Amino acid sequence: MSVGTAQAGVNGVVAGPREVVRRRRRTLLTFTVRWIYFLPAAVYLALFFGYPIVKNITMSFQHYTTATFYTGEAPWVGLSNYIAVIQSQVFGTTIVNTAIFTVGCIVGQFGLGLLLALFFKQRFPLNGLLRSLLLLPWLLPLIVSSAVWKWILDQDSGVLNEFLVGLHITPGPVSWLTSPSLALGSVILVCIWVGIPFNAVILYGGLQEIPTELYEAAALDGATGWKAFRHVTWPLLRPVTDVVLVLGVVYTLKVIDIILGLTDGGPANATQTIATRSYQLSFSLFDFGQGSAMGNVLLVVSLIFAVIYLRLSRRSSNV
Amino acid sequence: MMSRSRKTTRFVVVTAAALMLPSLLTACSSSGGSGGSSGGKVTLTEEDYFTADPDNTAYDDIMKRCGAKAGVTIKRTAVAPTSIIQKVLQQASAKTLPDILMLDNPTLQQVAAAGALQPLTDLGVSTSGYPKGILSTGTYKGKVYGLQPTAASIALFYNKDLFSAAGLQPPTTWDELKADAQKLTNGSTYGVAFSGGTQTEAPWQFLPFMWTNGGSETKIDSPQVVQALQYWTDLVDDGSASKGVVNWSQSDANSQFMAGKAAMQVNGAWNIPVLAKQPDLHYGVVPIPTPRAGQTVQLPLGGVVATAPRTKDTGNQKAVSKVVSCIVGDTTQLSLAKAENSVPAKTALLEKFGNDNPELKSFTEGSSGWRSRTAKLGDAWPKTEAALFQAIQAALSGKSSPSDALSSAAQSIK
Repeated sequence: MSVGTAQAGVNGVVAGPREVVRRRRRTLLTFTVRWIYFLPAAVYLALFFGYPIVKNITMSFQHYTTATFYTGEAPWVGLSNYIAVIQSQVFGTTIVNTAIFTVGCIVGQFGLGLLLALFFKQRFPLNGLLRSLLLLPWLLPLIVSSAVWKWILDQDSGVLNEFLVGLHITPGPVSWLTSPSLALGSVILVCIWVGIPFNAVILYGGLQEIPTELYEAAALDGATGWKAFRHVTWPLLRPVTDVVLVLGVVYTLKVIDIILGLTDGGPANATQTIATRSYQLSFSLFDFGQGSAMGNVLLVVSLIFAVIYLRLSRRSSNV
Repeated sequence: MMSRSRKTTRFVVVTAAALMLPSLLTACSSSGGSGGSSGGKVTLTEEDYFTADPDNTAYDDIMKRCGAKAGVTIKRTAVAPTSIIQKVLQQASAKTLPDILMLDNPTLQQVAAAGALQPLTDLGVSTSGYPKGILSTGTYKGKVYGLQPTAASIALFYNKDLFSAAGLQPPTTWDELKADAQKLTNGSTYGVAFSGGTQTEAPWQFLPFMWTNGGSETKIDSPQVVQALQYWTDLVDDGSASKGVVNWSQSDANSQFMAGKAAMQVNGAWNIPVLAKQPDLHYGVVPIPTPRAGQTVQLPLGGVVATAPRTKDTGNQKAVSKVVSCIVGDTTQLSLAKAENSVPAKTALLEKFGNDNPELKSFTEGSSGWRSRTAKLGDAWPKTEAALFQAIQAALSGKSSPSDALSSAAQSIK
């Protein structure tokens, strides 16, 4: 429509005044209709994403306590929530824990997920059944999985220790969740278990997209096994792996239920991350201002990865 | 191309939907509202966090009986225990608080500080006959905002069979507890179990040790508190208590005791029905041992407070007053204490209750001396509680010594 009107102008056909009015009316209508289509999405985004984020940001600059909920009074305190959060003893620990937790989870989930995806690409009996069983961790509510893992990892009567001690793999029971040096590792272990299905399924989908002719051609040139993976599979899977990794990071950064279920951030903050600390500040210490300041730290980190994700998806759609 | 009429229809639908969304949302949020009158009879709303039995059924009965007594209908809502505070805050900001609200006693200070509650004395609810601990738990800035129908605390449960097999008597002092625990530790059975694992339960279990030793929540790095934490840490370090205690809730400790994996446990009377499911288990209950012989253990006061939030509708105050008086009335105190294995709140009811319920006698004795956790710190208690929890965890897990753990905890709340 707009192309047609532009051409009319270019061709130098002089439009009569009535024609101009009609055209204007038509552009106005197009404009309105466009906005009307856009409006529901905009309202939805503003209500459910814009408002909470803006509220969270303003809260982080206020002295926001339980009283605020009733009276509505929340005095502005400038940056003091951020200063208190950053200067607290736990802040360093939470940052380091969040980094180790996220990197550990992602590396484990992605590595094992990719291996499983490659494995299931082979044809063998019961492939479909096993692949659907793999989804199991994804189908369980996280509270259930963490309660079960808490039993498995229990020091005195957990099945894992029974197994390890019974087979003399370890000299005595291991304090999976109760030792400050091991607890984070155990939580990462559970996080990896939870994340494998997501990684395996998406990567499996990506592998299916790679045409088999390429492998045949590569085999003729002598590229099989590892070489085929290195020069055919990996480069062609890149767009998928990028997305899986970035989404994985964003999902893992905000993990809270697994940690709360397994260790409640303990022992002695050994598994405290930015997300759990933000929850603790708000809902057990009732300092909602500091809680949202901590939440915003998480928001900024996630945002960086979200931007990377957008860049990557733009690049892959351009390919 | 789309015809004009279809375009218009779609325009109308989309606009209508967009306009309706906010009004739908407000409709949802305002439906919670407090009670009103319908068909002549007044309806009051009540909210608590008893989603599990025996309390769930007990509170259903109480609300029915108290509603009938006050001539009103009571609509009861039970919220999940973990989300009651969030729910109350949300209702406070939407001004949709219920007429009657049951809270875990240490959280009353927060809600009263928010200004969301009315003083019970203004409503004309009598506050006489209660021991000091219960009154101070319900008091914020000199006014009583909540009263408890019942009270709970903790004691030492011991396995009679294991004790008689070892030829031991239940301990009364710290030294005896430590020695007995060591002697009873054998194979997969530990001497003693307690809870060091959740933010509210670990400090609650630690308070009797810290208080009886002369420590105070106003100075958590004092030598007395350090000594008490050192005592707990020693129990774990010498193997008399599992290293797992650092991650155990009270119900985890009870499971260990029930399975015969701990010869003693620090826990409360609410476990009695659970323990009864194991008829082979013969256990006794004694007071928590004290640092020196002849001392009286100072126990923390637990329980639920009945409160009356400020609501928009002030026409039903008389009915609210009647219902609250009934919830904390003598009849309710006796029946509820029996149902949930706690003790009645009023001092005058204790003796009779103890005689009628011998299995709870060890709890009724001395229950009028149970101390409020929030008496000294008021709404600042959660911060100290969290700091104590961190120190307990750091010491029990061997991350730092009890004195380092407590001094860094004290530093964090300065």
